Amino acid sequence: MPSDDVSRSSPSVRASCRSCWLAAPGLLWMALFFLVPLLLVFAISFASRGTYGGIVWEFTWANYLDLLHPLYGKILGQSLWYATLTTAICFVLGFPLAYVIARSPARWQPVLLLLVMLPFWTNFLVRTYAWMIMLRHDGLANNLLLALGLIAEPLELLYTPTAVVIGLVYGYLPFMVLPLYVAVERLDPVLVEAAWDLYASRWAVFTRVVVPLTMPGIVGGCILVFIPSIGSFITPDLLGGARSMMIGNLIQHEYLVVRDWPLGSAVSFVLMAIVMAAVFVYYRQASSADGPLEGR
Amino acid sequence: MRRSDPSPSMATFSTSPVIASGQSLPSTSPTIDIRAIVRRHGSVAAVDHVSFQVQRGEFFSILGPSGAGKTSVLRMVAGFEDPDEGDVLIDGRSMLGVPPNRRPVNLVFQSYALFPHLTVSENVAFGLRMRRVPGALIDQQVQQALSMVKLIGKEARKPAQLSGGEQQRVALARALVNKPAVVLLDEPLAALDQQLRQAMQVELKSIQEQAGLTCVCVTHHQEEAMMMSDRIAVMHQGRMWQVGTPREVYENPRTLFVSRFLGVSNELPGRLGEVVREAQLFHPADDRLPGFPVRTGPGEVPGRPATWSLRPEQLRMSSERPSVQDPVLPGVIEKVLFAGSETKYLIRVGREHLWEARATGAMQPSFASGDPVFLQWALADGRVFFE
Amino acid sequence: MKQRSVGLKAVSLLSMLFLYGPIVVLVLYSFNAAHLSMAWRGATLKWYAALVHDEALLAATANSLFIALVSTIGATGLGGLIALGMEQMSHRRQQLLEGSLVLPLVIPEVMMGVALMLLFVMFKMPLGLTTVILGHIVFNIPLVTIMIRTRLRKLDPLLREAAADLGADSWQVFRYVSLPLLRPAIWGAVLVAFTVSLDDFLVTFFTAGPGATTLPLKVYSMIKSGVTPEINALSALLLVVSMMCVAGSLYLQRREV
Repeated sequence: MPSDDVSRSSPSVRASCRSCWLAAPGLLWMALFFLVPLLLVFAISFASRGTYGGIVWEFTWANYLDLLHPLYGKILGQSLWYATLTTAICFVLGFPLAYVIARSPARWQPVLLLLVMLPFWTNFLVRTYAWMIMLRHDGLANNLLLALGLIAEPLELLYTPTAVVIGLVYGYLPFMVLPLYVAVERLDPVLVEAAWDLYASRWAVFTRVVVPLTMPGIVGGCILVFIPSIGSFITPDLLGGARSMMIGNLIQHEYLVVRDWPLGSAVSFVLMAIVMAAVFVYYRQASSADGPLEGR
Repeated sequence: MRRSDPSPSMATFSTSPVIASGQSLPSTSPTIDIRAIVRRHGSVAAVDHVSFQVQRGEFFSILGPSGAGKTSVLRMVAGFEDPDEGDVLIDGRSMLGVPPNRRPVNLVFQSYALFPHLTVSENVAFGLRMRRVPGALIDQQVQQALSMVKLIGKEARKPAQLSGGEQQRVALARALVNKPAVVLLDEPLAALDQQLRQAMQVELKSIQEQAGLTCVCVTHHQEEAMMMSDRIAVMHQGRMWQVGTPREVYENPRTLFVSRFLGVSNELPGRLGEVVREAQLFHPADDRLPGFPVRTGPGEVPGRPATWSLRPEQLRMSSERPSVQDPVLPGVIEKVLFAGSETKYLIRVGREHLWEARATGAMQPSFASGDPVFLQWALADGRVFFE
Repeated sequence: MKQRSVGLKAVSLLSMLFLYGPIVVLVLYSFNAAHLSMAWRGATLKWYAALVHDEALLAATANSLFIALVSTIGATGLGGLIALGMEQMSHRRQQLLEGSLVLPLVIPEVMMGVALMLLFVMFKMPLGLTTVILGHIVFNIPLVTIMIRTRLRKLDPLLREAAADLGADSWQVFRYVSLPLLRPAIWGAVLVAFTVSLDDFLVTFFTAGPGATTLPLKVYSMIKSGVTPEINALSALLLVVSMMCVAGSLYLQRREV
């Protein structure tokens, strides 16, 4: 709360810091309905499950040890794999898009960015549902592939890991484009010409000049895609099958189906640890990015 | 560059893919041969049938106001743009369709375009590394280039830690370390302040001579172009108006634009009159001024409208009418501007013309505002331009 | 140079197709007369008509609108006050708060959902509309605070000093200088909070009890029980509504007072 620094503040700040109290109700709300529930989950992750699904308050590491079981390990592993793959695909698709937008005429840039962001602001369920229609046995994707003669028989696309990754890429591509756009926009196009003039091939221009100079945007975009991908629930729930479960689905399963709250809480905290690690990488990159490039 | 090139300084260039189809040419062939190139932006021709040649070891400047199309010419030589018509030949080979990374030219960018994530020596080594020159050779050549631009000891710095002048030197070293057939300079000194700029003009010129570089330089700064160049091309509105040595272009401008762009031009509009002995009379449009003899080509028709022009330093002032045969006009001193090494006089001639005259050092006569003077010049110095 | 940009533009165009293709297909098929197959059987509006007569759906819509309205008002008030209160805090405190307020935005929504559910269950609060609203306010507060703070930081502090110099007390400075300048940001935040609340599935999924079914919950259960043309129509409608809300919000945020 803001009151405790009053004694250390200058008189003018102390006089005006009555307005600091305006923040109190909102912060109290966040403490009550965000911080307390998280602490509760944390506490329960060390408790045991009662015979009828209740909670027995006995400290134990058992829930975390249970997660080492191959069944859970597989879900953790494939979640990491889907999220990593999603991030990589988003980068491959998002970089050209960000580059083209950043190099297009200035008055078109906001319009193009809006076009990239607009789908993101529509209902996530609906967007995922759209892919259910696309990937159905008689859906547009199969019809297109059949028409092009690439396949002879309709593929089973829906309820597969492929569908999950497509859905995740679709959902989070805008998160990749935005930071990349900012980074490319700051990259002086003359540097690309200079590298080209100094005998660099296109690939060398990209790896030696463009990538190092847009690194903050690349890391930012990758983290921003990775975080929601690893914690996703709707996409694997609707597009994936029983075999392409992700951490989010496991949490929901433990809480609502098995009613093993302590185990569910432990899974939640593992997920939270992964997310926090990613956030940490993001902030470190953001704070070091100002160093060598400053004053350019 | 040709494989048969005997010059040892060019030897390392043999790793470049450009010379793969090397052919022998007579040693008199120009390093750069630009043949009637045209570059259009929409319906406007930014570059309009420009042709010129640059010889080996020559410092060639393209001089013109901004928007003249000179940067576009440079970019077509570098390979960032291709001409819509015409051809660009480097060492006798057409460069049409050849991307910049496969052309034996290197550009020193106006903003230097130093890679901010690389150190000074990594910047300089960039081109060699891209051409897969062996590491030991790279180190040696980078050192050599850095010593040439006097940057030894700053190898590990990042560009942001260098002063403007030092950044300029890195940009220069980064280009010349590759021993290109031509070094292209895009307004190389424009970002430097006046004093540094003058020091770098001398230094750039001496590096160019020392390394035997062939340079094409684009600039809008006429003094800089004149001081550094072997030859100057004056560009305006996409066309090249005159190519020649600095002295030729300054003293014998072919058009009024060239005359005005290369220095101060004291002018009088009027028309030609009758032929008198070896000269022809010129009648100023301002009828308060008397006619005077001018040099023209043979058989110029009397009555043709023209503009007469003279450089300030060719004008002599005296308080009494001189007795010599040279042309003379009366004027009134309007302003005296003392500029240290010289004094500039603004002189009203006739009703509306303000001329400039200069006097230097001990020879400075003392005139004051309001003094009547007689202006006198050698007949051969005056130029007549027809529109 | 030309070749390069052609390649890049081709990939970009594909990405844009990827982003908009499924949405366009969904909207198109909402007009398809065929009941089960994907084959086109002519255009119809009957699925939209069917929506209007679905009592459960209308009730869910009413719930969603009510929840979005109440939680938006609550979050705008509380979040806006945080933004204003932070203004006078020390720099370090501001950074700390900003960092903490990002947490609810990056934390997986599943986790926020189960944590809130645990809280309500442990404290014996019956799950229903109230619990859903409490939850929605939690994720909307940071959004509102961040959006209003962004605007506050762009305000010229000299304006407030000028007003104070002209004799305005701190309330008058707020009322007659800051508030009018913040109005577009506030309305932008209102629209974003409303959209996010209306679209939320996960937090609602864990905190809603019987009688508190919202539109997304209804859509979810419809999807789970089988793909029907009514969902296509409903989805198309939701798409249009969210896009309109976003366009409005962006317009308000960009407009210079």
